[in-house]
Amino acid sequence: MFEGRVAIVTGGTRGIGAAITEMLAKSGAHVAAGYSKGKEPAEACVARLKAEGASVSCHQGRVDDFNDCQRVVDEVLERFGRVDYLVNNAGITVDKTLRKMSNDDWHNVLNVNLSGAFHMTKAVLEHMIERGSGRIVNISSVIGETGNIGQANYSASKAGLFGFTKSTALELANKGITANVVAPGFIATEMVKAVPEAALAKVIEKIPQRRLGEPSEVARVVKFLLEDGSSYITGAVYTVNGGLDM
Amino acid sequence: MTLRSLAGRVAIVTGGSRGIGGAISRSLAADGAIVAVVGVAPDRERTAELRASLNGSAKLVHFYEADVADYPQCEAAVRNVIDDHGRVDILVNNAGITKDHTIRKMTVEEWKAVLDVNLSGPFFMMKAVLEHMIERKYGRIVNISSVVGHTGNFGQSNYAAAKAGLLGLTKTVALETARAGITVNAVAPGFTATEMVKLMPQAAIDVAKSRTPQDRLGEPDEIGRVVRFLIDEGSSFITGATYDVNGGMFM
Repeated sequence: MFEGRVAIVTGGTRGIGAAITEMLAKSGAHVAAGYSKGKEPAEACVARLKAEGASVSCHQGRVDDFNDCQRVVDEVLERFGRVDYLVNNAGITVDKTLRKMSNDDWHNVLNVNLSGAFHMTKAVLEHMIERGSGRIVNISSVIGETGNIGQANYSASKAGLFGFTKSTALELANKGITANVVAPGFIATEMVKAVPEAALAKVIEKIPQRRLGEPSEVARVVKFLLEDGSSYITGAVYTVNGGLDM
Repeated sequence: MTLRSLAGRVAIVTGGSRGIGGAISRSLAADGAIVAVVGVAPDRERTAELRASLNGSAKLVHFYEADVADYPQCEAAVRNVIDDHGRVDILVNNAGITKDHTIRKMTVEEWKAVLDVNLSGPFFMMKAVLEHMIERKYGRIVNISSVVGHTGNFGQSNYAAAKAGLLGLTKTVALETARAGITVNAVAPGFTATEMVKLMPQAAIDVAKSRTPQDRLGEPDEIGRVVRFLIDEGSSFITGATYDVNGGMFM
C-alpha cells in the first residue's frame, strides 16, 4: 500500500514508535526510524524488521535540537529521495509534582515532546510543500486532554501538540498536506510499565475497558491517517484510549 | 488499510441506501458483511438501486422498513434482522434529516421531527440491539454526527442540537458498555457532497466551502472509510471517541 513511500518516525525504535515503524514498513514504506540514545537496541530493532523483509533504517539525532533535525531530514532525503510521512512520536517523561519539578525538568520535556515536533515539521516542510503532498501525524496523549498528577510538564507538552497540529493543519490545508493528532491512552510500553504496580493498577481501574492498549492498536490509527484516502481528515484528534477521556 | 474481513458479520445501517449511508453500506458489503439497510418506505426503491450498482456483493444487502423515530418499529426491524441472519455485530446510526429554518421561523414540529430522527433514532436503535450485543459480548456501534454538532450552523438549531446531543449519547453508551466487548464511537463529517447538502442553496454551499480550509466538500467514501475503520475488529481499544472528517473545518 505504501510502496515507494518514505516515512520518518521519531522515537521509532521503541514502544509505540517501534509499532508504527513496523506497521508502516510492513505496508511497503521505507521507514527512517529516529532514536536519540541506545544505539544497540535501535539497531537490533532495525535488524529484526529487516530480517522480516522490511525496509527500515535508523538515524541517531536529537529532536530537541533543530540543527540535528535538519541534518537527519537531509540525510533521509539524500539516501531515500523523499519524505511522504512524518510521525512525531518521540517523547520523554520526567515526572514530579509541580512543587518538586525543576525548571530543567520542565524544559527537557517541553523541548523533546513539543519543540521536537516543531523542529521536525519545520525541517521537512519545504520539501513537502514543494512536492504538494505530505502527511504529518503527531502523537499526543490522553494526558494532554485530562492532565495528570506529577506530569505538569508532560501534559503541557502533549496539550501543546493539539494547538500546534491545528495551526499546522490550517496553514497547509491548501497545499496537499494534512496534519493530525493521535492521542493514545495508557499503552503497554516500557514507559507505562515503569510505573509502580500499585499505581498502574489504579490507572487501569480508571480505564472504562479496564485494560492497557497495545502499541499496535495505536499504530493502526496512525497508518489509517497516512493513507491516501484520508486526505479530507486534517486538524483532527483521533483518540485510542479504551474510553478513558470521557 | 489491512482490515479484517467482515465475512459472517451482520451490520445494520440506518439510512443506508444513499448519501453517506450508501457509501457505508457499499464499503461493508464489499468486505463481506451482510448489510441490513433500515429506512422508511422510499428507501426500499433506493436500496434496490444501491444493490443494482453493486457487483458481487449485491446479494448481501437487504432492506428493512422502519421509521427510526418510532421505537416499536426499531425493535421490530432489529428482531427481523436477527431472525433472518442470526445476529447483529455492527450498528451504524446514520439516518438523518434536515428541516432548516432560523429559530424565529422554526416550528415546534420542525424541531421535534429532527430531534426524533437524528437523536432519538440512534437511542432507539441502540436500545433495541444492545441486549443482543451484550449477550454475545461483541458489538461495534458508530453514530454519524456532524461538524454542525460542534460549531452550530445558521438555520440549523434543531440539526445542531441533535448532532451535538449524539456526541453525549455516544460517550455515555460507550461508558456503559465498555466492559461488554462493545465499542461506541461517533464520526463527525464536514459538508459532504450528498443530496442533503446539494439541497442547500448554492450561496450556503459556497459559505460552507469557504469555511472549510481545504476549500472543498468531502466525498461520501471519505466518510465511509472512517466508519469502516472504527467497526473493524482491530479497533477494540477505540471507544467514546469522535473522529472528525471535515477538511479542517472544525479543529
